[in-house]
Amino acid sequence: MRLGSTFFLAAALALAGGVATRAADPGGVDAALVAGETMPQSLSAFGFFANGGAQQPNAGVVPYRLKTPLYSDGADKLRFVYLPAGTGMTADGPGLLRLPVGSALIKTFAFGAGAERRLIETRVLLHRAEGWVALPYLWNEAQTEATLALAGARVAVTTPAGDAISYRVPNKNQCKECHGLDDAVVPIGPKARNLSQAWLAREVASGRLDLVPGGAGALPTWEARSESSAASTARAYLDVNCAHCHQPGAMASNSGLDLRWEQQDLAALGVMKRPVAAGRGAGDLSFGVVPGEPDQSILIHRMASAEPGVAMPELGKSTVDREGVDAVRRWIAEMGR
Amino acid sequence: MLKVSMFGAIALTVLTGPVAAATHSVAAGEGAQERLQEALILAAPGDEIVLGAGRFVLTDGLSLDVTGVTVRGAGMDETVLDFTGQQGSGEGLLVTSDDVTLRDFALENPKGDGVKSKGADNIVYHRIRVRWTKGPDALNGAYAIYPVESTGVLIDGVQVSGASDAGIYVGQSRKITVRNSIAEANVAGIEIENSRDALVENNIATRNTGGILVFDLPNLPVMGGGNVIVRNNLVVANDTPNFAPPGNIVASVRRGTGVLVMANDRVLVENNVFDNNPTAHVMVIAYNQPYEDERYNPNARNVVIGQNVFGRGGDDPQIDGKDLLLAAFGGALPPVMWDGVAEEGNGLRVAPGVSGWSLNLIDAGQPLSAARPGPLAVPEPAITWQTDGIGAPAELEARLR
Repeated sequence: MRLGSTFFLAAALALAGGVATRAADPGGVDAALVAGETMPQSLSAFGFFANGGAQQPNAGVVPYRLKTPLYSDGADKLRFVYLPAGTGMTADGPGLLRLPVGSALIKTFAFGAGAERRLIETRVLLHRAEGWVALPYLWNEAQTEATLALAGARVAVTTPAGDAISYRVPNKNQCKECHGLDDAVVPIGPKARNLSQAWLAREVASGRLDLVPGGAGALPTWEARSESSAASTARAYLDVNCAHCHQPGAMASNSGLDLRWEQQDLAALGVMKRPVAAGRGAGDLSFGVVPGEPDQSILIHRMASAEPGVAMPELGKSTVDREGVDAVRRWIAEMGR
Repeated sequence: MLKVSMFGAIALTVLTGPVAAATHSVAAGEGAQERLQEALILAAPGDEIVLGAGRFVLTDGLSLDVTGVTVRGAGMDETVLDFTGQQGSGEGLLVTSDDVTLRDFALENPKGDGVKSKGADNIVYHRIRVRWTKGPDALNGAYAIYPVESTGVLIDGVQVSGASDAGIYVGQSRKITVRNSIAEANVAGIEIENSRDALVENNIATRNTGGILVFDLPNLPVMGGGNVIVRNNLVVANDTPNFAPPGNIVASVRRGTGVLVMANDRVLVENNVFDNNPTAHVMVIAYNQPYEDERYNPNARNVVIGQNVFGRGGDDPQIDGKDLLLAAFGGALPPVMWDGVAEEGNGLRVAPGVSGWSLNLIDAGQPLSAARPGPLAVPEPAITWQTDGIGAPAELEARLR
């Protein structure tokens, strides 16, 4: 019944619009498809890439990186932002860049380097009139096409740390578990504070962004974190890896834990805060963060676990991020001095 | 031309007419994970997903985010979602949309929680079974049925066992009914936490560490729990040693607690049957841990223990100095235990003939060592109970048919 109605609706829209031509940007992105209402079966239909397997973007699709990235079992992540021709982003202080309707964020997850690189999945966030829509696409063995995987998938991979794991491609709903805020789907990554000043300046120069806001690039660069304070490194890590759920209005709001970068209240950050609904996730421990005692802190206990029901984050990883655990440990240890 | 107008007419009907709800059947067997999850994603509002009889072997948590969907199995013994091999997610099934009905199926051995519904208003759980099959174990998941931050929750005829925290846990919610359900061998059988307007009736709570718990915790987004009625329940033989991981609040629940009321406002406990709860049939106490939260009131206020049937209990209390206490009270503690902490005029009240004992503490946070135990001497209830507005909205009843 419903599939039928979708079909007729599409047909009616096509007829209403007269000649249904492919409304492509000069660069090859199908802007109408990005902004439309359908869920294309193939990633290539969007035209984000001139060569998908090589992750070579088309015009209008610009790569970016985050200063402190989300850990995803050590996957290499290739991020792109697509803006329709003639549109631009606007800065909103150090927070999320505002992207126009019709834009898209594209993120490909890969394991292996050089010729050995294997693309696993590409997640797209499409900014449509009714809001952001998140769709997961799974790459084929030949690396020629990625296909919509609404229900997610599991793929055997070996991580850079050498662990052979069953890598989880999230289902469409799970996208929303992390990207949900106040009942809407929102992007997480491209916050000005987590983008380099240089990249932002280039976007301004190319007319795709209005200005470089104050607070831009405030998060440490993860690879160079030894040059930053333990607190700043850890707080950036928690912001990027945990705060999309652990903040008011998000998936883990009921925990009362708020791990956002801007949060300054120690109790909200878990300091001497008792668990609420952690269940066995709390282990034998009584507080989220015990200053000076990382081994007594539930935060560390859960980050250092790979066991479902205990492990945090709950989604998007199945191995422990040892570097991340070390960074947060240092912060908690230092807190006691 | 003719073809075009035909399409136009059909499309118009679809756009303006009521969309009939569709039924999507999903069978157990190969590919169940993907087939079931895809059905949950592709369902349109109002659709029904029918799960066949059999065992659905699942590797990952499932989730539903479409309004008004019914997920219906062939019965809580016939349709089993088996999460024994679950590799990811914090729960078996996550519901994040409103007006959802879950009925007639079971979940076994989820790695984290069983069914979690968050911000999912007007949800119905009917004849759902959640079970950890190896019995009480600290490695079991925390909550079997876990609605949180929701308004309108009807839980009817469910069975929960083995939860390492609470079997039925309703948190930070309003307008709640939990009834006709069996909570067995969990740490807490039924728990109403930081919630308002809850009716807990006609349930069986047995073999838990504590049967039915009503309390508030500090530092949560939703505070001010109260207006709770606990009536007509069978609360018997809650004697399983506490197997919760030590960090959790329920880890402090003493083995053998029937009903626990802590840090809450307006709670009525009446017409229940209590038997063989070895610490206390009813315990009314303040939250005694340190906290920093101006919104939090740690005291139990306006709690009324009405007429109940009290059988043997309090005869093997998990309380320091138990031998002296038992000797002082003639071999068994009286049914109601109160810590004695009261604000001006709103302390515990009990119906005529209900006996108890008090620790005679003054303030929340005093250690038990400061207790001066003695017989309970409190006034009879002076307030009449307004039951209007307590419990799940009446319109949810229609979905039980």
